[in-house]
Amino acid sequence: MHPAPSVIIFTTFSGIGFGLLFWLGIGALVPTGLSALIWFAIAYAAAVGGLLASTFHLGHPERAVKAFSQWQTSWLSREGICAVITLLIMALYGAGLVFAGAHFAILGWIGAIGALGTVFTTSMIYAQLKTVPRWKHWTTPALFLTLSLGGGALLGGQIIEALILLVVAGALQFYAWMSGDTRLAESGTNMATATGLGHIGQVRAFEPPHTGTNYLMREFIHQVGRKHAQQLRMIALGLGFALPVVLLLLPFSHIFAALAVLSHIAGVLALRWLFFAEAEHVVGLYYGKR
Amino acid sequence: MTQLPPPSSKKLGLVIDLDTCVGCHACVISCKGWNTENYGAPLSDQNAYSGAASGTFLNRVHSYEVQPDQGAAQLIHFPKSCLHCEDAPCVTVCPTGASYKRSEDGIVLVNESDCIGCGLCAWACPYGARELDAKEGVMKKCTLCVDRIYNENLPEEDRQPACVRTCPAGARHFGDLGDENSDVSKLVAERGGFDLMPEQGTKPVNKYLPPRPKDEMPEFDVLAPYLEPVASDGKGFVGWLDKALSALPGGAK
Repeated sequence: MHPAPSVIIFTTFSGIGFGLLFWLGIGALVPTGLSALIWFAIAYAAAVGGLLASTFHLGHPERAVKAFSQWQTSWLSREGICAVITLLIMALYGAGLVFAGAHFAILGWIGAIGALGTVFTTSMIYAQLKTVPRWKHWTTPALFLTLSLGGGALLGGQIIEALILLVVAGALQFYAWMSGDTRLAESGTNMATATGLGHIGQVRAFEPPHTGTNYLMREFIHQVGRKHAQQLRMIALGLGFALPVVLLLLPFSHIFAALAVLSHIAGVLALRWLFFAEAEHVVGLYYGKR
Repeated sequence: MTQLPPPSSKKLGLVIDLDTCVGCHACVISCKGWNTENYGAPLSDQNAYSGAASGTFLNRVHSYEVQPDQGAAQLIHFPKSCLHCEDAPCVTVCPTGASYKRSEDGIVLVNESDCIGCGLCAWACPYGARELDAKEGVMKKCTLCVDRIYNENLPEEDRQPACVRTCPAGARHFGDLGDENSDVSKLVAERGGFDLMPEQGTKPVNKYLPPRPKDEMPEFDVLAPYLEPVASDGKGFVGWLDKALSALPGGAK
């Protein structure tokens, strides 16, 4: 799949933003006044900034409001609705803390559940796709959720929670990579089933339909980055999980904490890039490619 | 609505004969022509006159080499367009309701004025049947020439998809695959028509007919390699030319 910067930025920053909103919502940290304003500004900047980035790849962003209509079947529609409801509820909750110093715990909990729902519905946009066997697996939502909660905890200064979640997310990511490498082969979809010609013999793509490239090849067949996949995986594990965990275990300092957050974000950007770049869409089989 | 309608009794679709297709791409061109001039946004091209040409097509013809365990390889031309699946995954993922399957005849269409161009339907399609138009920013796909097949302003013989009408080899057939007595259904039954990627669970309406088995291998004369390409007993002007050229330094004997 094409690793579009808009969706990488969207999933990374919205994930961390909604993760922070979760910890704010359940009252793990209850700031008031100016401090609350700063905390909520950070969470909204990440969550809303990511959502806005995701509209950059739309052909017609001005019609985006129509995307709230098909929640009965579409995970993308459900995600949009979850995100907007969560942001509205958390805005009320945040306004209470900032302007009145009032802590509406129930509102916060509803917002926290909404934040989890938003991250889960985002992950299901990818995990539902039978056409991308690497994504159609329980590790996709599990990873999105643990990364979001872990990143949010890290950003929100929840050291113990962040340590546990980052270790779990790192292990999940490692398992997702290892098991994902064989999932296309195990899916049963190959050039023989794609063309229905397997009963005659070995099928080879002889001539593509056109001399140039096309939308399908640009969108679904991405091979450039895969040759460095192993190195990128090590970088993502190191920056995303190992380094932040080490920095958190050192005696607390704001510099180390800030470095841990930056390192984690860099690592997640790398693994998200791989999440798209490594994923094989079955349409590539028609072109004799993965 | 992007909820799929209950299966319709009428299932309009195509039957493509891989035995007959000669790979001329006439269906590709007639499709591009009709669908650029008629229903919906035109199918744009980018850098059409450069080395990096690219464009939107609703129908593309691949060519595959199939190598059996024994004997010579076969070359098979393989046209591919939307299969108008019964369980169309492209429809249910659409967030706006732009993508829909018609309850009356099963044709899968895009309402372009509702399409936000998110591309998720193309991600959900295993066949590469949908292409986001780079100029218009909306999803384009085969309409089964819905503006031809019911069009009473056209002569009756033209009321079929442009690709079917134009195919010079008769490799493309259009009809109701929901009616087991239709010509296309009989053809599928007779020739063992099959689905593409059945394991994806999309239940395509379009069917493909397999190439017929080769009854005999082409014969090559065992003496062929020994045949001289040029007759040595040439007469007249050609004979003289042959000898004269051979006499030149470095000339072939």
